[in-house]
Amino acid sequence: MKAPAIPLGTHGATEELAPPAFNLLCITVLCVLAAHAPHMPAWYTAILAAIVAARWWQRRHQRGRVSAWLRIGLLVAVPAAVIAVYGTPFGREPGAAIVCGLLVVKLLESERARDARMAIGFACFILMSALLFDQGLAFTIIVGLMLLPALATLRALEPGLPETEWWPAFRTGTALLGVSLPAALLGFLLIPRLATPLWGAQGNGEARTGMTDRMAPGDLHSLLTDNAVAMRIGFDGGVPPQKSQRYFRGMVLWSFDGRAWEPGAAARRPWRPAPLGVHDPLTRYDVTLLASHRHWMFALDMPVDAPEGVVMGPDHTLWSSKTIDQTVHYRVASAVDYQLAPERLDPRLRAAALALPDGFDPGARALAERWRNAAGNNDAAIVRDALALFHDGGFVYDLDAPPLDRNSIDDFLFNTKTGFCEHYASAFTFLMRAAGIPARVVVGYQGGYWNAFAHYLLIRQSDAHAWSEVWLAGRGWVRVDPTAAVSRVVLADTGGAASDVGGGNRSWWMPWQNRLDVINRWWGQTVVGFDALSQEHLFRPFGIERATAQMLGIALAIAVFLALGFGALLASLRPRHKPRDALAAAQLRLQKRLAHIGIVRGIGEGPRDFYRRTATELSDSAPTINRLAVEYLALRYALAEPPPERIRAFLRAVRNFHPRRVVK
Amino acid sequence: MDAAIREREGLAARLRRWLPALARGRRPEALPVTLDRNRVYIVPTRAGLGFGVLLATMLIGALNYQNNAALLLTCMLGATLASSMLLTWRELHDLTLRSLHADHGFCDARLPIHLAFADDRRARPGLHVALDDIEQPCPLRAGVSRATATAPTESRGWMPIPRLRFFSTLPFGLFRAWSWITPDQYVLVYPRILRDGQPPAHHDDPRERTTGGDEFAGLREYHVGDPIRHVAWKASARHDHLLVREFERAAPGQPLRFDWRDLPGLDRETRISRLAAWVCDAYAAARPWTLVLEDRRTLGPGSDAAHYHHCLTALAELP
Repeated sequence: MKAPAIPLGTHGATEELAPPAFNLLCITVLCVLAAHAPHMPAWYTAILAAIVAARWWQRRHQRGRVSAWLRIGLLVAVPAAVIAVYGTPFGREPGAAIVCGLLVVKLLESERARDARMAIGFACFILMSALLFDQGLAFTIIVGLMLLPALATLRALEPGLPETEWWPAFRTGTALLGVSLPAALLGFLLIPRLATPLWGAQGNGEARTGMTDRMAPGDLHSLLTDNAVAMRIGFDGGVPPQKSQRYFRGMVLWSFDGRAWEPGAAARRPWRPAPLGVHDPLTRYDVTLLASHRHWMFALDMPVDAPEGVVMGPDHTLWSSKTIDQTVHYRVASAVDYQLAPERLDPRLRAAALALPDGFDPGARALAERWRNAAGNNDAAIVRDALALFHDGGFVYDLDAPPLDRNSIDDFLFNTKTGFCEHYASAFTFLMRAAGIPARVVVGYQGGYWNAFAHYLLIRQSDAHAWSEVWLAGRGWVRVDPTAAVSRVVLADTGGAASDVGGGNRSWWMPWQNRLDVINRWWGQTVVGFDALSQEHLFRPFGIERATAQMLGIALAIAVFLALGFGALLASLRPRHKPRDALAAAQLRLQKRLAHIGIVRGIGEGPRDFYRRTATELSDSAPTINRLAVEYLALRYALAEPPPERIRAFLRAVRNFHPRRVVK
Repeated sequence: MDAAIREREGLAARLRRWLPALARGRRPEALPVTLDRNRVYIVPTRAGLGFGVLLATMLIGALNYQNNAALLLTCMLGATLASSMLLTWRELHDLTLRSLHADHGFCDARLPIHLAFADDRRARPGLHVALDDIEQPCPLRAGVSRATATAPTESRGWMPIPRLRFFSTLPFGLFRAWSWITPDQYVLVYPRILRDGQPPAHHDDPRERTTGGDEFAGLREYHVGDPIRHVAWKASARHDHLLVREFERAAPGQPLRFDWRDLPGLDRETRISRLAAWVCDAYAAARPWTLVLEDRRTLGPGSDAAHYHHCLTALAELP
């Protein structure tokens, strides 16, 4: 349809894309690729970037279209490569990789201003989608700054820019972005949030960061070298539990198949957890758990009750019915000094806590049997024997653990003797079960950084830990951390934090990172965590308890109206300080000087007459005055746009002219 | 299908006719005219509408995934693009067209129109002007207040200056601000030039009589400035005023004679166009010429610019 030419002109849409705008478009596309680089295969990013560079070179030196076959080939190759890597074109990562590829294809065919505008719109959308992967403050700022080249490209498509400088294209966008920040924040606060998503917005269950539901030797390794924040915990009263008590239980692994530990059937049974004997006041705290894409929620050993909507398993683990795909906040109370099922262990749990696969690890079984024969009925002595073995048996704590053969426990206990928390927890639990003591593996976090300034405990993924619990008659389930018994520690050079054994190797900037986490926490709480519920309470300071969507909408409309009005007011301001007329200033200066010695320019006296009168009155300096007069009249009246250097010269002449009073 | 398109075209044409009629600036007005906020209009361009759809998509996506960082980014982009509207508007707001004057131009060629704006020391790099829907850039740098546009011409004679549509899509091309000014001014359009016809007919004109030749041709009345030695004293004595002798000679720059009647059998406009072409050629060759019009009005002889414009004006103003 041909639109009326007046409002919707096609002016500028079909004209050829000028080199400055094209260069900026290339930069924008590179920015988009950079924003998505963290979750795309490195070779894929590199190839796309190389295509952008080649396209830039081609258009600069050949100025022709890219062959259609090449574009169609790329259009086919992008989804094919993505399917080859991910196995499917659907999902978050494959989708992002595909749209990045399509943007590069769009760049290949961008020859006109209209193409460039479409590409910029597409690029903005893909930039936003990068935030689905990381909502951190730093990343959000980086992505926000990446809007600048996009805006600069739009600006460069319009006329009125110098050819050689790059900054003017950025100036408008930068200024507008800065000026509209308040309006953007208002919009952010007031746009009504959806209480429930319109369509399936669950994160995919692929293993990303965070714990998996399975623990095989070496599985935790990637976690222990990951400095990402796992959760933040603020304690009532602002005092954290003692360092030795900071065990945050996530899941309990009951079932061992000879190689890996899994939660097993016992963990998910709807059995009621055994009542907890509590000796001291409960510790109450708020947890902010970042998206883990798992069901487990973490709580200080030992949680007393589950938060609303969360199920507590028979082993006192907290299990959310939905995977945690967003940051969640919850409040839990825990007992640090507790007794769990001291008298009697549920026979079904006892069976699960003693089960071992047949045909594995004969050496470990024999060792446990020897301990049992020596200790008789004294289970505690067997526990001590095992810890003594780890302490004195030449065991080494090392993140760089060698791989284990089929009988992994035997290989670890008698051969490699090198590993980290999961090796020790696994071997210890196996030995206990072999000796007839009910035992289970607990996986969670241990330690953390106490931020004394903002009063919260920062737990990183590298604080992940695995330990054991054994059931001793009369004492109930007792936590045993076999890793803590290991005396020799080899500091891994992986740069990880590995607080597994209380400190380890934090890199030099880690303390700073821990301190600066306050900002991230603020960001996470106030911005990322600003949800429908927080929005409901937005107008509390104004006495409105619950803000409805309508109220927010009305407030938003008012805000938009006011912002537009204010903007229009700003825009209609005329430049307040007109650049001073240098010539007029010089003339005024001269008149002032002459007035000082008694020659005052009369009202209605033209400049020519005034100069003439002055020249007669000051006959001594008449030549100078006449020169000034000629020059002034020429500059003021003869020339439409007098050259600035002549104005400056006139100014100098006036400055150097010192009329002297005529003594009569 | 065709009918539908025609109907749409009709609608578009009707809109084009009506919109200005509804808006301000429809009646011819005397300059200077300032574009105040009442007469600057603004609408999103196609790209602007596209970005609107894009922002809505981003908004819904961010809300659905409950991703506040993405929502914040969307708000930032939306606020920035929306505020660019104010800059677009500002491109036109307060623009004062102080005066304009048109050069002489021939029909069917573009007529240059020189625009003089009040110098408000504000740069308007994206300013465009459209005359009869011919869009042309007329950027104003800070401190520069002059620009030139061209208008199409369709017929000779006095033409009202067409309605000027000033517009700009700066800074991002997402909005288009525009305003109309219909100056109350006319411009004379010279006739169309037709060169494909016959060359000017060569007349055996009577040789030019001057007082500078050497062959006596006759007597005429004395005018101030005639050489005193050419006065025919004897003849003058017989009359009550002075007479001078006239002589003939074959001058090298003998004036050409372009006569309306030399072009029989042609229609009126073609005749005018031919004559105009002859006048132009003679002026370009710096040869003197005489133009004889339909009503036997004779212009010239002469060869200077004043004579040239005089002739073309006479031709243009012919009924």
